[in-house]
Amino acid sequence: MTPQSPFLVIAPVAAGREAGLRALLDGMSSAPGVADPDNPVLPFGRFERLHFARLIVLDETAMADLSLYGVSPPRLGLRLMLLGDCDGPARAQLDELAARAEDGLRRLFGHCEGFDPNADLAAWLHAHSVRTQANYVNWIGRTVRQVHEESALQRFLSDRVPRAPLASGAEAQGLRRELIAQVQAEVSAGRLRLSAPEPTPIGWWLANLAHALGIPLLALLVSPPLLLASPWLAWRLRSLERSDPEYCPRPTAEHLRALRELEDRGHTNQFTAVGPVKPGPFRRALVPVLLLAIDWGARHIFHRGHLARVQTIHFARWVVLDGGARVLFASNYDGNHEAYMDDFINKVAWGLNLIFSNGIGWPRTKWLVARGARREGCFKRYQRAHQVPTQVWYDGYPGVTLNDIRRNRRIREGLEQAGVGEDQALAWLRLL
Amino acid sequence: MSNETVNPRPVELDDVQGILRFGFSHHTEGCFLLLQVKNPAAACAWLSNVPLANAVVARPAPATALQVAISSPGLTALGVPEEVAVGFSEEFRAGMAGDNDRSRRLGDLDCSHPSSWRWGAGEATPHVLLMLYALPGKLAAWRRELEAQWAAGFSQLAALDTTDHGGREPFGFRDGISQPEIDWERRRPAEDHDRLEYDNLTCLGEFLLGYPNEYGLYTDRPLLDSGRDPDGLLPRAEERPELADLGRNGSYLVLRELRQDVAGFWRWLAEQAGGGDRARGWAEAMVGRTVDGKPLIPEAQGLNGFNYDADPEGLRCPIGAHVRRANPRNADYPPGTHGIISRVRRFLGFDARVLPQDLVASTRFHRILRRGRAFGEPPSLEQALADPSPTAQTGLHFICLGANIGRQFEFVQSAWIVGTRFAGLPGEGDPLLGHRAPGPDGHPTDCFSVPRVDGPDQRLCGLPRFISVCGGGYFFLPGIRALRFLTSPR
Repeated sequence: MTPQSPFLVIAPVAAGREAGLRALLDGMSSAPGVADPDNPVLPFGRFERLHFARLIVLDETAMADLSLYGVSPPRLGLRLMLLGDCDGPARAQLDELAARAEDGLRRLFGHCEGFDPNADLAAWLHAHSVRTQANYVNWIGRTVRQVHEESALQRFLSDRVPRAPLASGAEAQGLRRELIAQVQAEVSAGRLRLSAPEPTPIGWWLANLAHALGIPLLALLVSPPLLLASPWLAWRLRSLERSDPEYCPRPTAEHLRALRELEDRGHTNQFTAVGPVKPGPFRRALVPVLLLAIDWGARHIFHRGHLARVQTIHFARWVVLDGGARVLFASNYDGNHEAYMDDFINKVAWGLNLIFSNGIGWPRTKWLVARGARREGCFKRYQRAHQVPTQVWYDGYPGVTLNDIRRNRRIREGLEQAGVGEDQALAWLRLL
Repeated sequence: MSNETVNPRPVELDDVQGILRFGFSHHTEGCFLLLQVKNPAAACAWLSNVPLANAVVARPAPATALQVAISSPGLTALGVPEEVAVGFSEEFRAGMAGDNDRSRRLGDLDCSHPSSWRWGAGEATPHVLLMLYALPGKLAAWRRELEAQWAAGFSQLAALDTTDHGGREPFGFRDGISQPEIDWERRRPAEDHDRLEYDNLTCLGEFLLGYPNEYGLYTDRPLLDSGRDPDGLLPRAEERPELADLGRNGSYLVLRELRQDVAGFWRWLAEQAGGGDRARGWAEAMVGRTVDGKPLIPEAQGLNGFNYDADPEGLRCPIGAHVRRANPRNADYPPGTHGIISRVRRFLGFDARVLPQDLVASTRFHRILRRGRAFGEPPSLEQALADPSPTAQTGLHFICLGANIGRQFEFVQSAWIVGTRFAGLPGEGDPLLGHRAPGPDGHPTDCFSVPRVDGPDQRLCGLPRFISVCGGGYFFLPGIRALRFLTSPR
């Protein structure tokens, strides 16, 4: 099993270089919001382990909201971000990007402060990488190659299966055997590939086990003092929830247009949002603890096809930027934006509230999980106002949704399963 | 927005336009006039006095009923200040034909793109929609009478005539069966909690602005400082009594002129299926009801008492059937028992058996109130097959009402009707309304799958486009006092 990793390179844009950078980024897409996989700057499509990637010029979105707390916003300037999700270690993916798209990456990051054209590119990328505090992967271990291979298998079988009723279970078994023989012939001819999974890296396996056990152990260790402090913590939380200002003005029509232009070009979409964390030690301390918990939950509980009730998120991540001043959220999801927000409100509002209620202006929550995103109109304005246009977005398997991926995996499993009964053979044929 | 519910005031039915409560089904004659303002003063003068049918039950039914709705450019043309208009929803202000991104989401592509519409885009955007309903024989003279009144203020952009086919749409199916039941008595408490059963009763605020919606909240709408309404023409906002509520008792109205290729529909199906009877069978699977409107779910009680919980695979009613897409009839949680353990498992997504059914949930936030009318004289199945000559234009003036265009009409249209992966489908648009354009990955979307228990899905592929859009717009259907306010002299 090959685990997936997030990578994120971030660097300040040099003064006066923004326009040129934006023009360069725009040239990488074949349509707004759809990266050309063969674009000359960073030909994403040539990287076989790359699931999704995006390039964003991050501005000071929502930082001005700090003034609600009488705090003057820090001058953060513009940043160029390259982020993505890959199979295997992020470091290896960055090395590969540096090696195989060196000129393009130098052109891109040449717009950033302190970029030395003569320096080692890979080392520069590593030096400007930022750790992802919480990361969600829909199915840990599913590789780009597997998605492509199983998708091709499904197309092959779906085109060939006779769409007529089957008279008996024996007929179903016969048809299944026949289709399997056809697949085997295709595989031998090299037209279909069904690679076996790679062995799980032992280091990753050990680290994952340590993480699975270590975090609860840590929680257990700190629980006695926390328990003692809990009345104060609860009081503090509620008083902050009552006094924190709710701030969700309507986003401008121009901002909405800029976002929507990039959306719904295919079955999968991107979402990037950023916002400042509420000032004060309570929230600043709460955020890393919650992110640790979310990361643990994503790695060890919700790693098999669904994040609580939401089954349409491929990858999602939370990253603390600027020393805890703000948090970035980025995800790749199936369906349109309105349906994604609908899932957020109707299925997992509690999960959103848990972390995002620590952001300035979030719709008022109760006990950290109640209300908040359920305040529909307020939440919808808030999320759009904090969303950042994703200038360049690459989808490694456009047109393939998570539901397709799940079905394709079941087709593959059914294909490789031995000793299949009549009912199972029929159930398998019905997947096609 | 506020969670607090003030004592539920009774609905001011005499301030609500009747179309929100009645379909005017006795008024079998109808006509929709799309007007543009040519003289704002004369237009306002007429609108501020014209009698409108309200939502109070009148017996006997009046011979005629007039309803008025205004588009966003219409508000400007009538002289409504921008500071007032800015409080309307973003979708209404942008308009149905506002930009290509919206058209893409609504599936208005190719021949249905606003650039080829008869009305509704650019210079041909209507300002005011007049909806005329009349008892049999009463329309023509009344229409002329009205025209003599409005002609000073307006010019006519288009007139959408309607025909009555006894509650059937042009393909011949009984139409308008599934409608939300609006909670006019305000029985449903205005609070936010999960609903474990699909229920047709819907909060007033889903359809009328100024009342709590299914989240127990008040939908955004223009709330004005009382200084803007010195004469107290407008009701006050329930949740903020210091403000005048321009939205209260009003709604948004979506109008789309849908042209249906009835002859093409039956001929194509008969050719594929081999004969008229089998064509009808396929058509019923595509619609999700029989021609007479009966649900395909055998346990259904009456025409509307059913859901799809016991048919997760679409073996009785295909997942992709039109009525199943337009109203998936599901609760906030996937099916299960009411026990606490079952609820927690479903809440966290751990009940693997029902996860496939949880791709679409909470239908109650996406209901629409339909008030469409047919036009033209469609051929029957038999006529379509017997006579291959082209037939006159026919179709549906689709009308729906709702307090939130984005969450209701646009959501249903884009995510459920146009969306080719609705509830896990393998990649197909709505069998009736689908645009058939291949997906961005080049895969076709023009199939219709019928799951079966004894083999792989049966599939009909290469579906032509049966329905195209030739015009459309978003309107505000004001409360009667709000209309007087909007058209009062400034």
